[in-house]
Amino acid sequence: MTSTRIVEVRAGILKKNDELARVLRQRFEEAGVYAINLVSSPGTGKTALLETTMRELIAGGARVAALVGDLETDNDAQRLTRSGADVKQINTHGRCHLEAEMLNEFLDAWDLSQLDYLFIENVGNLVCPSSYDLGEATRVVLLSVTEGEDKPLKYPTIFNSADVALITKMDLAIPCDFDAAAAHAAIQSVRPGMRVIELSSKTGVGMTEWLDALAEGRRRTPAARPAA
Amino acid sequence: MHELGLARGIVDLANASASEALASRVTIVNVQVGRLAGVEAGALLFCFDIAAEGTRVEGARLVIEDVSVAVWCIPCDALRELPGIQRFRCPVCDTPSGDIRRGKELEVTSIEVES
Repeated sequence: MTSTRIVEVRAGILKKNDELARVLRQRFEEAGVYAINLVSSPGTGKTALLETTMRELIAGGARVAALVGDLETDNDAQRLTRSGADVKQINTHGRCHLEAEMLNEFLDAWDLSQLDYLFIENVGNLVCPSSYDLGEATRVVLLSVTEGEDKPLKYPTIFNSADVALITKMDLAIPCDFDAAAAHAAIQSVRPGMRVIELSSKTGVGMTEWLDALAEGRRRTPAARPAA
Repeated sequence: MHELGLARGIVDLANASASEALASRVTIVNVQVGRLAGVEAGALLFCFDIAAEGTRVEGARLVIEDVSVAVWCIPCDALRELPGIQRFRCPVCDTPSGDIRRGKELEVTSIEVES
């Protein structure tokens, strides 16, 4: 005769990723590198923004690298290499997001203590990346003016999980009849108090504010600790 | 669509707990899924059966407890449950609050096993 009983488990389903992310976060902090995870839907302009951002940072004397997640191609990494930064491509082969585990082997190739900024460009997707901590210090979500002001209300989870929101492609705001007030209201509705920066990688509008925000984040990152 | 990965995680946890409890078969897996966990219940249920194949969890029922979001409201000095996830304001006094106290859960709470 079979008997049934209840066994308590109480374990996080993403425990493995969360633990690896904790290790990564510690590794970034010990190396004194400021890690930023960029998330958005496909076509928001993550790569264009990164290209401009990294070029500006490098011109200012910063040491910059990027890990770029993509389903299949290395087109983005090739584009980003033009900025002068050290770029590595992570192909997820159909997986819709980056996980902490995927970062390790790529990070081992770098001496992180020689970097000031590490950008992680996630796979373009507004759903899945929200659940996966990559050990980043700051999560940045992008919303382009071509997408519709209510995107944050449609995808509240990812906006809620982010620390900063960027409204990109501001050069197209007028042709797209973009209602900036509605977009700001939608963002504040799902994430009260979140910092929002309007910018255009093409015209450079808002880039100073964005670079200042990055510099602030960098200053908050502890300096590299000497190896024991 | 990352629910297959999550379903595999659930099956791994349930399978390991069953093995530890010297149980031959899992009949029910109870999970808590917060509304801010970014999980689609239908997709998770669909993937669970596939992930469970060939394990002690095969044929088990996945029971998903939907956990609503609750925030702390400072003016009210109280925990407030939100009706959805699109408006982070106190439903009583309308003050914005991002102080999330509940709703990000994603865990296996217990399993029912046969031994």
